[in-house]
Amino acid sequence: MIRNRWLLFPLLLALVLGLSYAVLSLPDQAAGLQKIAADKIEASGVSNPVTAVLLNFRGYDTLLETVVLLVALLGVWSLGGTDLRREIAPGPVLDTLARLLVPVLILVAAYLLWIGAHAPGGAFQAGAVLGAAGVLLLLAGWRPRAALMAWPVRLVIVAGPAVFMAMAALLYGLEGQLLEYPPAKAGTLILVLETVATVSIGATLAALFLGCRPPNKKEHS
Amino acid sequence: MEAITLLLWLFDTLLGLGLLWLAWSALACPDLFRAIVLFVAFGLLLTLAWVRLDAPDVALAEAAIGAGLTGALLMAALAQLQHIRIVAAQGDAAQPPIDNASNDQPKINEGKGEER
Amino acid sequence: MSAEFQYALVGVGLFSLGLYALIVHAHLLRKILALNVMGTGVFLLLVALARRTGEAQPDSVPHAMVITGIVVAVSATALALTLMLKLSGATGRAELPDEEQE
Repeated sequence: MIRNRWLLFPLLLALVLGLSYAVLSLPDQAAGLQKIAADKIEASGVSNPVTAVLLNFRGYDTLLETVVLLVALLGVWSLGGTDLRREIAPGPVLDTLARLLVPVLILVAAYLLWIGAHAPGGAFQAGAVLGAAGVLLLLAGWRPRAALMAWPVRLVIVAGPAVFMAMAALLYGLEGQLLEYPPAKAGTLILVLETVATVSIGATLAALFLGCRPPNKKEHS
Repeated sequence: MEAITLLLWLFDTLLGLGLLWLAWSALACPDLFRAIVLFVAFGLLLTLAWVRLDAPDVALAEAAIGAGLTGALLMAALAQLQHIRIVAAQGDAAQPPIDNASNDQPKINEGKGEER
Repeated sequence: MSAEFQYALVGVGLFSLGLYALIVHAHLLRKILALNVMGTGVFLLLVALARRTGEAQPDSVPHAMVITGIVVAVSATALALTLMLKLSGATGRAELPDEEQE
């Protein structure tokens, strides 16, 4: 198929035309789920509709997403990771930039986490900024101490899915449905979940960038 | 049409064409480093598209993850790949590349420093 | 054509470009780039179609799905890059072996 481009072009053209026709024949206005979400948003505990959908209405999807992040990291670790990023001493620009930017990035992440309840923001955005801070540190040559890399980092990475699942089980026991928040406490519970998820997502993304498995206490590597 | 509607239409059209052109350049560029840089630029233009589509949360996520983290991952992988290529080229005199017609197992070059 | 359908068509175009590049290129890093572009096209389509509500607020459920999709895409990219590096470390080339050698 790679060699026969003259067969590929007509097929792709047919695909493009077919998809365009399908897209253009959709109705001009379709409310979708917007009305239902807007009606229930006061009961959800937050006023940002995307956060309400992510953490409350479709909370199960977010739970599975944290598990997907964990599984990807397990995949990278189980392949043996790549060679430890070769340690090069950073130049003065990268060094200074890392020193200046990382505290600011942590603050920005905390702000995004807090503001996610009523403005654009939320756990994933904050976790991504934390992950970027971790990547910047790793690029500037920082490697965490071996004692820190053994079980604390594993604890932080697992904390996201684990706390989410524990909350789901707890709410199942209390309310009879997975992830059904009591409306009075919904805002607080969502904030707790988002905080743990932010730190966990940041650690997982930085670990995905680092690539190699942190050593156990028993291995002296 | 009013001026602002015309300007917005022009902006949308230019943004859409820019996205398509950047994507095509990134995918067709012979130099991999340039391709990754173009891909990061594509991610940044995409952030503008999300803002234009009234999706600020998606724009934040795309700016942080799509443009930033994916770019860092791709660059690091490219650097690692070039390192592997250099080591493989040095070891090529001693060991032929994989011959698909034969049933040999792929030989792992000890010089690559693989740790299991 | 309204803005939503313009962006939806751009999404369709990105998906097709990515699919073409995925099929044609043999180098694995280019395939990974092509997969990311395909995913981006799908996300554009979803969010563009979510804006058709006719009121000021777009539909938030596709936005949440796309945020989830972006995070899943980056973790899948990281795993795919690690697989590519392992393959290239074992065979010395960053391309899958071609079965039908003519």
